[in-house]
Amino acid sequence: MLGRLSFADIPVDVPILVGTFLGVAIIGITVLGLITYYGKWGYLWKEWFTSVDHKRLAIMYVVVGLLALARGFADAIMMRTQLALAYAGNPGYLPPHHYDQIFSAHGTIMIFFMAMVIMTALFNLIVPLQIGARDVAFPFLNNLSFWMTTVAFALINLSLFVGEFSQCGWLAYPPLSETQFSPGVGVDYYIWAVQLSGVGTLLTGVNFFVTIVKMRAPGMTWMKLPVFCWTALCACVLIMVAFPVLTVAVALLGLDRYFGMHFFTNDGGGNQMLYLDLIWAWGHPEVYILIIPAFGVFSEVVPTFSEKPLFGYATMVYATCAIMVLSFLVWVHHFFTMGAGADVNAFFGIMTMVISIPTGVKLFNWMFTMYKGRVEFHATMYWAIGFMITFSIGGMTGVMMAIPAADFVLHNSLFLIAHFHNVIIGGVYFGYVCGMNFWAPKALGFKFNEAWGKRAFWCWFVGFYVAFMPLYVLGFDGMTRRMNHYDNPAWYPWMLVAEVGAVLIFFGIACQLIQIYVSIRDRNLAENVDVTGDPWNARSLEWSTSSPPPPYNFAIIPHIHELDAFMHDKENGIDTRHAGGPYEPIHMPKNTAAGFFIGAFSFVLGFAAIWYIWWLAAIALVGVFATVIARSANHDVDYYIPAEEVARIENEHSRKLMAQAAE
Amino acid sequence: MRTKYLKGVARLAGLASVLPLAGCQLDTLDPKGPVGDQIRHLIVESTVAMLIVVVPTIILVCYFAWKYRASNTEAEYLPKWSHSNKIEVAIWGIPTLIILFLAVITYQTCHSLDPYRPLDEEAQTKPLNVEVVALDWKWLFIYPDEGIATVNQLAIPVNQPVHFVITSDAVMNSFFIPRLGSMIYAMAGMQTQLHLMATEPGDYLGESANYSGRGFSDMKFRTLAMPKDQYDAWVEKVRSSSDQLDGQTYARLAAPSEAEPVKYFSHVEGNLFDTIVAKYNNGMVMDKSTGKMIQVQSAMSDMNMKE
Repeated sequence: MLGRLSFADIPVDVPILVGTFLGVAIIGITVLGLITYYGKWGYLWKEWFTSVDHKRLAIMYVVVGLLALARGFADAIMMRTQLALAYAGNPGYLPPHHYDQIFSAHGTIMIFFMAMVIMTALFNLIVPLQIGARDVAFPFLNNLSFWMTTVAFALINLSLFVGEFSQCGWLAYPPLSETQFSPGVGVDYYIWAVQLSGVGTLLTGVNFFVTIVKMRAPGMTWMKLPVFCWTALCACVLIMVAFPVLTVAVALLGLDRYFGMHFFTNDGGGNQMLYLDLIWAWGHPEVYILIIPAFGVFSEVVPTFSEKPLFGYATMVYATCAIMVLSFLVWVHHFFTMGAGADVNAFFGIMTMVISIPTGVKLFNWMFTMYKGRVEFHATMYWAIGFMITFSIGGMTGVMMAIPAADFVLHNSLFLIAHFHNVIIGGVYFGYVCGMNFWAPKALGFKFNEAWGKRAFWCWFVGFYVAFMPLYVLGFDGMTRRMNHYDNPAWYPWMLVAEVGAVLIFFGIACQLIQIYVSIRDRNLAENVDVTGDPWNARSLEWSTSSPPPPYNFAIIPHIHELDAFMHDKENGIDTRHAGGPYEPIHMPKNTAAGFFIGAFSFVLGFAAIWYIWWLAAIALVGVFATVIARSANHDVDYYIPAEEVARIENEHSRKLMAQAAE
Repeated sequence: MRTKYLKGVARLAGLASVLPLAGCQLDTLDPKGPVGDQIRHLIVESTVAMLIVVVPTIILVCYFAWKYRASNTEAEYLPKWSHSNKIEVAIWGIPTLIILFLAVITYQTCHSLDPYRPLDEEAQTKPLNVEVVALDWKWLFIYPDEGIATVNQLAIPVNQPVHFVITSDAVMNSFFIPRLGSMIYAMAGMQTQLHLMATEPGDYLGESANYSGRGFSDMKFRTLAMPKDQYDAWVEKVRSSSDQLDGQTYARLAAPSEAEPVKYFSHVEGNLFDTIVAKYNNGMVMDKSTGKMIQVQSAMSDMNMKE
């Protein structure tokens, strides 16, 4: 009846998990209780869960991303603490079975559910606004993407309390991940979580690609497209090309595990090297999917806070596209040590280095954007400058590892761990936090607290160096990744230093959460409210609307004459909003519950398939198809906002603008 | 309370003074063989080349941010300036030149440090052959010419090149001796090769650099590099062991086990290594001299092979 699920699969004998469960249960019951007490279920359901508004989805994505950050960081500090203890015969407090799950979950969660999710949040919030569109191309799919990602994240967290998670690392290399070596449910949780979130990501890629290609405001030719949208476009191309490869690779692994096939097994003609090629043919573009939008964020932030246009816009566009293409030609650098010939290794090594040229050019462009500008040391700018310094170092260590012969001693060592955290934290994470601080007023209508933002930055910045510079040293000293305990006295002090760094990063995250709390608390203070919709005197179209923007974004679709369209209008006294109208009724998509139900059925499908509960899987699968068919047959999917309503909203905003100007 | 606090600070300061010292003896930067030496040289050379760009970049980022801060109204402000061909040429050109330089040394070292390529020393000195099998979770070393085998201990004579042929009878691992240089993957059904040499006697860490499951952290071995006479004595010691590696013993050995102690086998039955490779290839194995697939005539037909 319940497949291979039994009470023995509930880890009641692991105190850490029982404690976590109690904590999650108490917080969960409190939150649910409060929502019930204040009678907010209907509001949440109608205005948020079923919403197809990209701005609301963006906020929901951020909430999921922050939850994933908390979970992923909890894993990280547990690992660091284990390695600060487990030295010279001390086994530490995490046995391999638990520790191996933690590092596998840390990587999976941080990439798929923290970084990808916050990136998608920024796409949702900014892309339609920057190109002068009223929504994305496929609003329903946008809501569906959110729910697929969210249920996948729920599934991965369920593995904490029901069964176990994968113990095969975040990419589940076979043959270790095959049934022969990993018979438990851990790898199946991994497979289903990755596949479900992969559906969401692929749909997001298609959606935003079409949105940018087809829905730009009149006059916005390609070379007038803001750089953030260029980076989103390139990331979407990478998603559309790379994610199907991931889906296939993981599906083949699933066929091995579920149907006893032999794609990647040791025996029966399987080939593990094929999996490495496939997974990295996705995996390397994936890291560029994450970093390119971060580059886009800096390209918006640095000009705004230097009060000057971006230096070398065209160069920036070409460099971004070059990185997009080159990112498909480098995947072998993840396994130079697999025994490929010298010429193969040399080709992929050199291609990897070539990527550093356009990347370096971007860095110089931001540098020369500050040059002869008026740099304001806003918290947002702290993250940008911190990024430029940190990313230079990460880029350099990346090129070192791109030399195959050097990689022969650095591969899979803690040097590698230090390198990719150097670029993922110093590049991707700093970029996304920078973007969240920059665009918070647009999403929420009030500015984020400056003081706590700067504190968060300093904790993260210093914490990063203290936590990861020792790992570079340990890599040179021959310490490999994923070790659970060790007895080399030379490694021990560095591990203690790294632990201190992890604690500093903890304070950084705490400051960020306090920043959010304080910002919400003080949202109505005059200095925090964003009345104008343009708190930073910024350059692109998203700042021409009110904060938060009305559901239709633009009452009248703007006409674009120049790059930095909004700045051009401001300088030439053009009213981008066309306040006063005349307004027309606006065609809008209706909210829908279909995405939620498809997500919920998919969650059940994944869970049932993990535990071999086939009857339940069949019901869930029927549920998914039934919902899709019902949604396809439903033609009541849109409505019009009457012109009078548009005029009312716009005049209200104009009145506020005038009141502000009069002060 | 205060003295406790001070003691803590003193201890931390002591720690800080030790750290740079530890830096001088980092395994891969203080190698004990020619492969490691060349790699260290390569790492230093490429790092210096990149620092030519990276250091000025970081300094300029900080300098520009400070010099053109909004409060410094004396600094020049060009609110429209966003293009300069001269700067464009420089920012594309300088990194391109450095990458060109790195590409050349990358190509050269890919060939000179190809793990399959015999060391230059092998022209004069016949290499020692060692067959390596990664098992769950220990290393089996077979010395085909001596007819002996060991677990988790690798003895090699100094100044004699060693030719490793590496496979796995479990999951993927990576064979790595940080003090000697390059690593390479161990994979079931495949034979990877590695050429290393120790020039100084010593007891060096050997490990798996690719995570292989529960017992991975203890999947370590000691590499004993010793003068030729001591090495010969070591071989005799192994030969005097009462254990022999036959089919049944191998099957027991190959079963998963953690933190396995060192074992010596005075005799290895038949062509064990080829048999291990061949069982994942329908009984075939690649002949390394000709590159052709040949049928392995296993002397261990009774070997209870786990799939």
